[in-house]
Amino acid sequence: MNFPILSAITFIPLIGALFVFLTRSEKDEKNSGAIYISIFTSIVNFFIILFVWYSIDKTTSDFQFIEEYNWISGFIKFKFGIDGISILFILLTAFIIPICIFSCINSVKTRLKEFLIALLVLETFIIGVFCSLDLVIFYLFFEAGLIPMFLIIGIWGGPRKVYSAFKFFLFTLLGSVLMLVAIIAIYWISGTTDITEIYQTGIPSEYQYLLWLAFFSSFAVKLPMWPVHTWLPDAHVEAPTAGSVVLAAILLKMGGYGFIRFSVGMFPVASEYFTPLIFSLSTIAVIYTSLIALMQKDMKKLIAYSSVAHMGYVTIGIFTFNKQGIEGSIVQMFSHGLISAALFLSVGVLYDRTHSRLIKTYGGIVNLMPKYSFLFMIFVLGTLGLPGTSGFVGEFLVLVGVFKVNYLVAILASIGVILAAAYILWLYKRVVFGKMENIQLKKIKDVNLSEAVILGVLSAAVLFFGFYPDPLFQTVNASVDNLINNYNTDIQKNITLNK
Amino acid sequence: MLDLNFIIPEIFLTLSILVFVLIGVFVKNSFEIIYKLSLFLIFLLIVIIFSNNNEYSKIFNESISIDMFSIYSKILILISTFFILFISKRYIIDIKNNKFEYPVIVLLSILGMFIMVSSNDLIVFYLGLELQSLALYILASIDRDNIKSSEAGIKYFVLSALSSGLLLYGCSLVYGFAGSTNFETISNNTQAFNVGIIFGMVFILVGLAFKVSVVPFHMWTPDVYQGAPTSVTSFFSVVPKIAGMAIFIKFMYVPFREILDQWQYILVFMSIASMILGAVGAMAQKNIKRLMAYSSIGHMGYALAGIASGTENGFKSTLVYISIYLVMNIGAFGCILLMKRDGKYIEEINELSGISKNHPLISLGFLVILFSLAGIPPLAGFFAKFYIFMSVIESNMFTLAIVGLVTTVISAFYYIRIIKVMYFDDPKKSFERFTDYRIHGPVIISCILLISFFLYPSFLNDIVSKIIIF
Repeated sequence: MNFPILSAITFIPLIGALFVFLTRSEKDEKNSGAIYISIFTSIVNFFIILFVWYSIDKTTSDFQFIEEYNWISGFIKFKFGIDGISILFILLTAFIIPICIFSCINSVKTRLKEFLIALLVLETFIIGVFCSLDLVIFYLFFEAGLIPMFLIIGIWGGPRKVYSAFKFFLFTLLGSVLMLVAIIAIYWISGTTDITEIYQTGIPSEYQYLLWLAFFSSFAVKLPMWPVHTWLPDAHVEAPTAGSVVLAAILLKMGGYGFIRFSVGMFPVASEYFTPLIFSLSTIAVIYTSLIALMQKDMKKLIAYSSVAHMGYVTIGIFTFNKQGIEGSIVQMFSHGLISAALFLSVGVLYDRTHSRLIKTYGGIVNLMPKYSFLFMIFVLGTLGLPGTSGFVGEFLVLVGVFKVNYLVAILASIGVILAAAYILWLYKRVVFGKMENIQLKKIKDVNLSEAVILGVLSAAVLFFGFYPDPLFQTVNASVDNLINNYNTDIQKNITLNK
Repeated sequence: MLDLNFIIPEIFLTLSILVFVLIGVFVKNSFEIIYKLSLFLIFLLIVIIFSNNNEYSKIFNESISIDMFSIYSKILILISTFFILFISKRYIIDIKNNKFEYPVIVLLSILGMFIMVSSNDLIVFYLGLELQSLALYILASIDRDNIKSSEAGIKYFVLSALSSGLLLYGCSLVYGFAGSTNFETISNNTQAFNVGIIFGMVFILVGLAFKVSVVPFHMWTPDVYQGAPTSVTSFFSVVPKIAGMAIFIKFMYVPFREILDQWQYILVFMSIASMILGAVGAMAQKNIKRLMAYSSIGHMGYALAGIASGTENGFKSTLVYISIYLVMNIGAFGCILLMKRDGKYIEEINELSGISKNHPLISLGFLVILFSLAGIPPLAGFFAKFYIFMSVIESNMFTLAIVGLVTTVISAFYYIRIIKVMYFDDPKKSFERFTDYRIHGPVIISCILLISFFLYPSFLNDIVSKIIIF
């Protein structure tokens, strides 16, 4: 492969953003040029990525489509490459961004052009994160995503946007700077920041513990894990619908991806050592945030807390270090990307009509919005992990994986499944069924065509991967096998060394 | 080759200054012509220095050293002076400061810095430093009808004179114990533990720290930055800092390189203190010039961290840092000079509220510059910090690195606060609309440089890596 296809898929959105920037902004009217350009670029990019997914060799765990350029001479090379794990996240990104663009055309009232630019730039940065095979490049993209997201929350957000935007920015930045220290330290320890080389040579186990903690601080904030999750509900609640969708569906996954690729991949000894920490934080997250979600009055906040709980399964799955667990958590991330995006969009549909996110505003809309209620139900069932939806596959595998390792954690995590059913079904009952007490709701209209298409596509994806998740497993299979093998050999080596 | 050939730029600059003074005295309303001539002179100087860059020598009894290091610093000084004169013309005319002395004094201070950065001898160094400082005192108080400007000048003069005195005392101590004023001889005559030289070194350090305004010798900075006219503040925030950092590097790596253990931890302390004070001090500021003062204290802290690492990569990363810093600061002051409403220049941050609605391009430029100052990738400011922390961690100074990075987060707060005011708040009355290529040009150039730096981030490293100073 000579054509630099990974650079292409990374920078096509950026070029699109440039063109959007050059369109003339007409006052008051819709800037149709900007809309068409952004839809066009994001969809073209999606199809190119579908092609990449199709053409990637799924039988090998090697990094493919590798591109390498001299970047900082003598220090660091600009290196791109993907394997089965990263392509799934890239696919998810490219799938979600066009949906966001479609949804924001109607819901974003001011400065639509700038919003589209921010979304496209954000897509570039996110795809860059999943493509990069060099720690510095990874950090570069990982942090750069803060800028557009900060602006999206801050400019187009709700009443407490400033507080939320600042909290989001500073929390994530503080988490990441420690990772920067660790990256530089890795450079001086192993002489390179190239991930493939580090995989081969390995990092001496005495350094691994501190480095692991530094990376952990960054990913835990991003994911988010329990004690540092507080930025997420605020950011979700205040962000515009499309912002929440990107945040929940993709940005959180960067944390999980980081855990798989870096924490487990580079620091196996430390990962094993810190597994109890991860397990305890994650089980707390699963149960505690589910309980909090039960008490929420705001729909977006409820979904935000449910995201934290679902991410708890992801971390539990990753740190089981067996095939079921890791593959389960990857699928869980993928399906959560679809389902949480869909839930936020569903809330967005209601919010656009009534300008309220409070649960008590609603009730009994099933008669007026039958199509909406049907689609919403699919996502609700996906959240609670009903067999037949993609949510089931991930959660089930994670629980199978963790039963092999730790009964207590498995039992506690299973309680989370019940709690999830409780909060999400109760939400559905209060919003959709019951008596209609709010008179203003009488005028509410059902989903229009574009909303129906967006939600329909998402529900199709949720159901498809629920009934037939095999494409996902085929893609990640070889890479996960390789990851687990490397992990086991490193652990064995370390044990023999200590003897 | 004749010794004089090496200092053609300095000679040329001196003669031109004298000619400019004559023109200024005999021609009426001569600001315009002197201003243009000065810009042209700076341009010529850049050409002359570039054309002479392959011949290095130590001249005049080894008291002046013309090498890659001094040439690099001179180029930085010239480029930044050029752009600062460029962006500040409109402001100078608006506050009726368009006297011919203004460019002449700026040129004089550059002459001082030239002598300073190429000095290889304590006496030559001190001469250059004093010439530079005297010019800067006058510049600070150039708006003499404005009480704040006069106050700034006096404050700067008193404190700076005190620090110069300390510095001179340090020089004499070093001379006394090392038996020479030549930098190399000093380093050769220094034993590992020589109390006299260490004493002298500390006094010199105090003087230098004052000139680049690092904690605990930073007290003058906010007041002088706020009091002086914005055109002068922009000059202060960039050019003397470049010269000061350059000579700082030279002192630490040439005469005092044998006593690295002695100065290293002083620098680490000053660096950490400046980073923290810069970050915390700027938080509550309402005046944007005061905020820039604290910001520059913080940035000098980062630059100092590179020197404190004590390695070759360390001082090189400092040079890269100040090069990127000057681009960011020129851009930032360009934006500040655009804040004009009803014929008055505005310095309150709150007055920026909502300008992204009325002035989308300017606010986009300022946004890029502020994120770069905060050190968020992929902008150039990130790479500046990255190189610094590369060298800091190379010398295993993890405390310094972690404190530095945490203060990055704290200082990000006040930079994004400005962005918040510009983008998230409701618009107030719009600023005066004018297109002046003199301001917009440099702002756009600096934004483009900051954004496109990540395409080839070793651009500056490749140049700096050729520098040898010992």
